[in-house]
Amino acid sequence: MTLHAEQVSWNRGGALVVDGVTLHPEPGQTVGLLGPNGSGKSSLLRLLHGLVKPTAGLVTLDGVDLASVGRRRIARSVASVTQHADTDVDITVRDIARLGRIPHRSGLGGDTAADETAVDRALAHVGLLDQAGRLWHTLSGGERQRAQIARALAQEPRELLLDEPTNHLDIRHQLELLDLVCALPVTTVIAIHDLNLAAMYCDTVVVLRAGQVVAAGAPGEVLTAALIADVYGVVAEVTLDVERGYPVVTFTRSAGPSPSR
Amino acid sequence: MTSGDTVTASDTARRPASRARLATITGLLVLAGVVLLLVSVGVAITLGPADILLVNVRDIVANHLGVTDIPVKLSKDAIVWEERLPRAFVAAACGAGLGLCGVIMQSLLRNPLADPFILGISSGASTGAVAIGILGLGGASIGLSGGAFIGALVAFGLVLLLSRLSGGGTDRVVLAGVASTQLFSALTSLIIFAFADSDETRGVMFWLLGSLEGVRWDDVALCAIVVVAGSLLCLRYAHALDAFAFGEDVAASLGIHVARTRAILLIATALITATLVSVAGAIGFVGLVLPHAARLLVGPRHGRLIPATAIIGAIFMVWVDAGSRVAFSPTPLPVGVGTALVGVPVFIALLARRRRRG
Repeated sequence: MTLHAEQVSWNRGGALVVDGVTLHPEPGQTVGLLGPNGSGKSSLLRLLHGLVKPTAGLVTLDGVDLASVGRRRIARSVASVTQHADTDVDITVRDIARLGRIPHRSGLGGDTAADETAVDRALAHVGLLDQAGRLWHTLSGGERQRAQIARALAQEPRELLLDEPTNHLDIRHQLELLDLVCALPVTTVIAIHDLNLAAMYCDTVVVLRAGQVVAAGAPGEVLTAALIADVYGVVAEVTLDVERGYPVVTFTRSAGPSPSR
Repeated sequence: MTSGDTVTASDTARRPASRARLATITGLLVLAGVVLLLVSVGVAITLGPADILLVNVRDIVANHLGVTDIPVKLSKDAIVWEERLPRAFVAAACGAGLGLCGVIMQSLLRNPLADPFILGISSGASTGAVAIGILGLGGASIGLSGGAFIGALVAFGLVLLLSRLSGGGTDRVVLAGVASTQLFSALTSLIIFAFADSDETRGVMFWLLGSLEGVRWDDVALCAIVVVAGSLLCLRYAHALDAFAFGEDVAASLGIHVARTRAILLIATALITATLVSVAGAIGFVGLVLPHAARLLVGPRHGRLIPATAIIGAIFMVWVDAGSRVAFSPTPLPVGVGTALVGVPVFIALLARRRRRG
């Protein structure tokens, strides 16, 4: 039992942004949400976190309707990292990770030993333990993402929801971040643009178009040239990298110099 | 999680001890702050015309508390007990309360430049009070405080509406505040010029700049109750205020009821502002500057920031008030002039700091 979506739809101002999506991630899996801009990836993540209520269908946590679960209880099981987290506050990396302990606190209490242990562990996980005293506005893009992930990990969640966490990162940091995420002992749902990264790191991918699921399954089965042409409207070639064990997507230019062969 | 375990094993052993020490240090600092505040009040009272010594203050206070019965000159007793002491306490409450409002607004609106004065809440409260005081709207049943409270709420609603209409960004809040300040200042001026006679005008203008002339023990009680209750409420929401650092979505994902928390704390802010404005006029820049000063000392976490801001604010205002009372003696300077003279340079420094950061 984990976080499930059952036929959820979300109608935002007359537009059906999410349309009858069902999602059953296996515990511990990394699930990639794919699809063009505006296909409903971020909205589905917001529904899964209970930040918005579905207009139809149901999101359940351990089989219970998420709408009837308290916010604090949700926050102890589900953590998320959003795309545009930023702040003007002069806050240190350690204090950012400490934010993750808020759902575990009662009333006025200060940091307990358990809180500090969880914070240390989260910071060690993302490799920021020796940077814990640095201020947010001095961090690079990759360090900011890792600080936010440390905050999410300090919540000690079972489910982690990530909205395009590799945006604005260079390739090395993209790979490092996804290596880190996949090694975590939690179920992860991750909205991601890069099809090759999705193929490399996700156990399952779910392809959305106009709020609907058009394909779901292992990357090797789902990511075909036909599907990519259909959903994204681009020409691509998909080959299986036998040595590495995942499909590789190669795109074709739509104009300009023609291929040599 | 192996890498984490190796790190924490040694840490957990020494942490409880250091945590207990930290709590003791925090407690001692709060106590020291309160003592410093009381000493400030005592010393500030001795400043000004009439030859009053700290010993006289002690005797007079002890007499009134019924502890002692030391003979003191009646004129000195009146100056200390009827004028300067309540005035110093109201000044302290204003500093603490406005600083608190600044902390809440800066966190919830996610803008380091937010404070009741900049966002036009104080202007709205002034308009409300003037509308009651000069136009006599609503009759005596509402009173100046009631008028100020309604005005503050209307101004707050307007600012939130304007900033939402213009896209809801954190910079929009300040722009909406500028519009709101202009609107309510104009309305206040309109009421004064159109309906007030010259005596009323002088009284009202003085009060609009922030003034602690003629406050009484009634005012002390009102301000103290509102500020103490507000501080306790804010302390209860200290973690929630921390959670807003990265915006409403992150706060919600940390288990905070965003809409409820915002509503409760913003209404509390409006109530505190309205009460203080109805007693002491629109004192500017205290709410803006003090939270930043406190953050430099104790960091951004609200569990420490709230008491620090309240104490620093109270001490600051006691001295600014004493200064503005004495500076051009016997003509009293409106206390808002003093806070603006200190506040504006700090405001500019904050803007420059933001720009440097890009």
